[in-house]
Amino acid sequence: MTGATIARTGPDHRAAFPAATFGDVLRSEWTKLRSVRSTFWALTVTVVLGIALGAVISAAAAHGYAKFSVSDKLSWDPTGVSQSGMLIAQAAIAVLGVLYISSEYSSGMIRTSLIAVPKRGRVLAAKSLIFAVVTFVVGEVTCFAAFFVGQALISGHAPHAALGDPGVARAVAGGGLYLIALAVLSVAAGALLRHAAAAIAAMVAVLFVLPGIAQALPDSWRNPVTEFWPTQAGSQLTSVHIAAHSLQPWPGFGVMCLFVAIVYAVAWTLLDRRDA
Amino acid sequence: MIEAHGLVKRYGSTMAVNDLSFSIRPGMVTGFLGPNGAGKTTTMRMILGLDAPTEGSVTVDGRSYRDLPAPMREVGALLDAKALQGGRRAFDHLLCLAQSNGIPRGRVDEVIRIVGLEGVARRRAKGFSLGMSQRLGIASALLGDPAVLIFDEPVNGLDPDGIQWVRTLMRAQAAEGRTVLVSSHLMSEMALTADHLLVIGKGRLIADTSVDEFVRSSSQQSVHVRSPRAAELAARCREAGATVRAGTGPDARTDPDVIEITGMDSAEVGKLAAAHGITLFELIPVRASLEEAFMELTRESVEYQAAGVTR
Repeated sequence: MTGATIARTGPDHRAAFPAATFGDVLRSEWTKLRSVRSTFWALTVTVVLGIALGAVISAAAAHGYAKFSVSDKLSWDPTGVSQSGMLIAQAAIAVLGVLYISSEYSSGMIRTSLIAVPKRGRVLAAKSLIFAVVTFVVGEVTCFAAFFVGQALISGHAPHAALGDPGVARAVAGGGLYLIALAVLSVAAGALLRHAAAAIAAMVAVLFVLPGIAQALPDSWRNPVTEFWPTQAGSQLTSVHIAAHSLQPWPGFGVMCLFVAIVYAVAWTLLDRRDA
Repeated sequence: MIEAHGLVKRYGSTMAVNDLSFSIRPGMVTGFLGPNGAGKTTTMRMILGLDAPTEGSVTVDGRSYRDLPAPMREVGALLDAKALQGGRRAFDHLLCLAQSNGIPRGRVDEVIRIVGLEGVARRRAKGFSLGMSQRLGIASALLGDPAVLIFDEPVNGLDPDGIQWVRTLMRAQAAEGRTVLVSSHLMSEMALTADHLLVIGKGRLIADTSVDEFVRSSSQQSVHVRSPRAAELAARCREAGATVRAGTGPDARTDPDVIEITGMDSAEVGKLAAAHGITLFELIPVRASLEEAFMELTRESVEYQAAGVTR
């Protein structure tokens, strides 16, 4: 039963088939992403945490607004309050991005993948691009939904923001762009470190631990760290009000993108050179 | 056609593959034979571009694997049946591989039929037995209808039906003019499947020969003799140019009445005994099995050897 059915045409010459393209690898990586359950769950967590946490914090802050001190009222940022959930939602994106590639290492799938696509840079590029696009769509939906839900809960209790206010549309839409950079960073970290635990730990350190430690440093050290730390700098894009010792939105996002590009380049080089 | 020139792979101070050169031709099954740890998998990984050779080069139809325009359409490989993500359905696993090389979706259903996994194609692969995983791995190798097939120990873990199926498949693929390279550490398996043999041990090429030639050259005969005057017969045989070893009785203990003679056939030994009036109780021609011939060939190069078993 075996032989005849396989050899429809028999062994061919190279001219008989088209060369595989980057588009082929993109389709392949999209299939990989959508065909495991962890993708659905991580994205659900992102959306739900992003919106729900933002809503709870918005409602709580708005109700406390009347008792705020004058200086607290002056620094009241209804946009930022409605986006509070993103702090946690970004962790879900980082974990999913790391797992997207590190689970191929832990299962051995990476060898099957690299035999199918020996031009390894394409695998990393396709994974990064697919995950960036998915993250962008999910991120923008979450940010805008969280904004509208949050403002609805705030209005009537405290001053609320509108998309037409200066900097607000940029700050809300910037959430999706910030998550794109984070998505590429987490895929690159997964490719670089190859173990899920190590790569997730590295992402948590970059996102939460090191900025936290910086808060304990004396001002002369803390200010440059908070100003230029990649994720801190990048998150300026999502802020309406620019605090002291922080970069402007787009230069800040540029610093983060530069950092991501460096990590990506190192991951690409090692993926290409290391035995798989 | 797979061609290797002076292939070397060194891991730290360990030579996994040491100066291998060979060419694997189409239209036949080439058995890649060697004890565990001989360097078979490492060599296959270098053919497939997973490991970079420390020295030397290997090409598939004249190009290094990484330069193939659509690798799965030229080379189908199964290295490790469990190298997949268990959370993915078998169909999606094959689909993502097909897409990566621009292979149409319809071919996925075809290979699923060929390997007989229709009933479980929508199930997640983590529930698969080793036999089902091997079939899935073979399906992925066949996706691109490639002219070169590479299988690393494909019958490991299969039941007799599965083994028979893989053998038939490999022979059929070779008969269609494809290049088929299959590794094994079992000579008996290769004798049934392969036409040509590459035997390696400790990373070095020991033999590059047809299976027929290997069988002929290695099926050395010896003659088992039991006689009350064995010592005297041994002396006469040595005078006649034969090699004589002490033999063992039925209880596997050395028996002074038993000798093993090589370099003479049983007729010659019988005539010699008659000429000197020596009584024989047993006169048995003994043929070395293929497995013994293989063990003889690779004895020096077996990496892990149980102490005390060395003969």
